Amino acid sequence: MYQLKRRQEITRWNIRQDLPGYLFLTPAIVVLVTFVVSPIIWAVFLSLHKVQLLGGIKYEFIGFRNYTRLIADERVWIALKNTAEYVAIVVPTQTILALVLAVILNSGVRGKNWWRILYFLPTVTSSAVLTLIFMWIYNINGLLNNVLAFLGLPTYNWLGDPAVALKGIMIMNIWSTAPFYMVIYLAALQDIPQTLYEAAELDGANSWQKFIYITIPILKPVTFFVVAMGIIGTFQLFDQSYIFSGGTGGPNNATLTIVLLIYQAVFRNLQMGYGAAIAFVLALVIISVTLMERQLFGGKRM
Amino acid sequence: MTKFNGGVWALKVLLYAILTLYAIITLIPFVWALCASFKPLSEIVSAEPSFLPKNFTFDNYKQIFVQEPLFLRWLFNSVIIAVSVTVLNLLFNSMAGYALARLRFRGRNFWFLLILAVLAVPAQITLIPTFLILKLFGWLNSYQGMIVPSMVNATFIFMMRQFFVNFPKELEEAAAIDGLTPFGIFWRIVLPLAKPALAAQAVFVFMGSWNNFLLPVVILFDPEMFTLPLGLNSFKGQYISYWNYIMAASMVFTLPALAIYAFFNRYFIQNVTFTGGKG
Repeated sequence: MYQLKRRQEITRWNIRQDLPGYLFLTPAIVVLVTFVVSPIIWAVFLSLHKVQLLGGIKYEFIGFRNYTRLIADERVWIALKNTAEYVAIVVPTQTILALVLAVILNSGVRGKNWWRILYFLPTVTSSAVLTLIFMWIYNINGLLNNVLAFLGLPTYNWLGDPAVALKGIMIMNIWSTAPFYMVIYLAALQDIPQTLYEAAELDGANSWQKFIYITIPILKPVTFFVVAMGIIGTFQLFDQSYIFSGGTGGPNNATLTIVLLIYQAVFRNLQMGYGAAIAFVLALVIISVTLMERQLFGGKRM
Repeated sequence: MTKFNGGVWALKVLLYAILTLYAIITLIPFVWALCASFKPLSEIVSAEPSFLPKNFTFDNYKQIFVQEPLFLRWLFNSVIIAVSVTVLNLLFNSMAGYALARLRFRGRNFWFLLILAVLAVPAQITLIPTFLILKLFGWLNSYQGMIVPSMVNATFIFMMRQFFVNFPKELEEAAAIDGLTPFGIFWRIVLPLAKPALAAQAVFVFMGSWNNFLLPVVILFDPEMFTLPLGLNSFKGQYISYWNYIMAASMVFTLPALAIYAFFNRYFIQNVTFTGGKG
């Protein structure tokens, strides 16, 4: 009797517990399966096919030819080079700038919150708006050239000269994303126990030594996170290049990035399979660089 | 001793100087754009530009609303999409996060791991198939095409789960004893208490949708359906050197976001801190 009752309860328990759980999860499951999980599988499929979009979709299996074609495509290498150069300059610069600003804000200056709110402004502004504002500032007769001329420095055709066009986007993005990482650093700095610094002072350490031997090592996991986020974000540069160049990646491919190349392959040349193959190469590059970073940081967690 | 104090004083001055300089660097592009939006074109192209407008005018703002009939439509599209995406995200992410944190059901670990895995998928891999799926559904150039793929976010499901895991259980247990169903508990007890987490999520989801460029540029091509970032981009193509109009349009687009930021800035900071804290 007791046994039976208990078994009944277990079955009832399961129905009553399982159903609400799944009802709560259904919207999330449906959306993530439809728009993330199945697209990944479809993307693998696409990258192995030649896809023709004329009315309906036609697939022709071509094995790895999309990938081999990629290696011979000059524009892929240009995009890779531009993107790599962009990552290599933007990530270290914005990380150091973020750290320096956070340390200054955490050093007991007045109005910490006000500075922080003000600095954060570019981060909440749309990339489209920022790009338009900067394009105007970068104009031949624009504000930046006026300031440079006033200071007696050389002026540039920021929008039209292939040698400096990408630099213009770099400056803009360092300016707009550094404050985001500054806020992360600032939160981490506030968590460092003051006693550590007091102990170091007793041992006769000056400010610089405290910074190098206490702050930097304690912040290592945060720095790992900030650099990883930076790498992932910068490798996916698209909006700014698209608006800057009107979608062409010009002048003379100077602002062509990998994501812009994917966009062009798919929506200008209608080569879906080729675009998917480039997307996988990009994902592979991002994953490898992040893993390399992890090695560099001594295999920290995350 | 005096020398030591002098050094500290000099350092203080240096720090404030750096902070002020960086504040100026942060503000100049915004102020420059705002001022330009009130200048007539003649002043914009003049050889000796000044910061403040000499002939203050509202014409640029009038012009963009009158000459560009679609401008209001773009604003309307952006609002509809961003608000829907935000409301649905708040609801669905909290529901999923709550289920993963609190409810017991078979397969819970599997779904949790799947959501963690989804966090690591780069957007450009899913972009092309998403386009094809929306095409298949006939949802290109539509609100639902912009809303449905973005109405759930794995990052915020994870965040809500972490929030609910640390939530005191007693209230829910008391409510269950009083005979509330799991949905009743969720609606009446859990959601009202989750307001800080919801606010942080709301501002980020709203800004993300409001500023999104990649998805609309791919799936919206009828100018009637453009969101503001796309509209701005096409506007630029049309009024190529009318920077006064472009800046006025940029300001109209920026002000709602800035207003939200001004009111909710502590939630922004909280959220960034939370995201960073995980690392």
